[in-house]
Amino acid sequence: MTLVRVLFYFLSFIAIVSALYAASSKNLVRSIFVFFVTLFALAGLYVLALADFVAVTQIVIYVGGILVLILFAFMLSGKETLNVIKQQNSRIISLKTLPAILLAALFFIVLLNVVLKADADNLPWIRESISLKNEITPNAIMIDNIGVNLMTRYLLPFEAISILLLMALVGAAHLSRKEGKA
Amino acid sequence: MITLTDFLVVSAVLFCIGLYMIVSKRNAIQILIGIELILNAAILNLVAFGKYDKVNNSGQIFALFAIVLAAATTAVALAIILNVYRRYKTIDPNDINKLRD
Repeated sequence: MTLVRVLFYFLSFIAIVSALYAASSKNLVRSIFVFFVTLFALAGLYVLALADFVAVTQIVIYVGGILVLILFAFMLSGKETLNVIKQQNSRIISLKTLPAILLAALFFIVLLNVVLKADADNLPWIRESISLKNEITPNAIMIDNIGVNLMTRYLLPFEAISILLLMALVGAAHLSRKEGKA
Repeated sequence: MITLTDFLVVSAVLFCIGLYMIVSKRNAIQILIGIELILNAAILNLVAFGKYDKVNNSGQIFALFAIVLAAATTAVALAIILNVYRRYKTIDPNDINKLRD
C-alpha cells in the first residue's frame, strides 16, 4: 500500500459517501453543501490522475460558479421548495424510492461487469502508450502543453464551445427576464 | 500505482448515485445535482484515460470542455427552474403538467 493508494481510497470514500448523503438527505440545503464536499474530493481524485489543471478548473468553475448558482436558485424559489421535501416519507427505503434504488443498483451491476470485463489496464493502446513513454509521469509539467494544444490542435472545438457558452448565457438571461414587457 | 479500473469503478458508483437522484427526487434542484454527479463521473473517466496521452492531452482538454458545458447547462437549467417557479409556485417536476395556455 503506497501513500498514493491510501490517498486514492480516502478521497474516493469521501466522494462516494458524500454523494450518497446528498442523494439521501431530506434537507435540500444540506444536500447542496454536501455536494460541495463531493466536488472537492473529485478535484483531489483528478490530481491523483495527474491532471492538476483540470482539478483547479473544477474547483474554480464548479465550486465557485455552479454551486453559487444552485444556491441562488434555491433561495429565489422560496419556501415551497422545502415543503416538497418535508412531505416525502422519512424512511430511506420507501415504496416510492424502491424502483429508483433497484434501477440504480442493477445498472451499477451492469456497469461493474462491463468495467471488469473490459480490463482497461491491458487495452492495446494503453500498453503501447506505456511502452512508448507517452504516459504522464508525476514530475511532468503539463500546463504549458495543454495551453499549446488548446490553441493549435483543439482550436476548433475551443471556438465552438466559446460560442456555445455565449449562446447559453444569452439564452439564460433571456429566459429569466421579467415577462410582460417584451 | 492506481490502476484505471479503480477510477472506472469509482465513476460507475458516482454515475449510479446520480441516476438514483434523477429518478427518485421530487425537486428540480436535486435532479440538477444528480445530473452534475453524472457529468462528474464522465469527467473522471476522461481524466483517468487522459493520463496515457502525454503529447496530445485529449482527455484533459475534453474534460475542460465538459466542465464548461456543465456550467452552461446549469445556467440555462436554473433560468428554467426560476421561470417554472414563477408560473407554478412549485418546482416539483410531477406538478408541472401544463403547456402555455
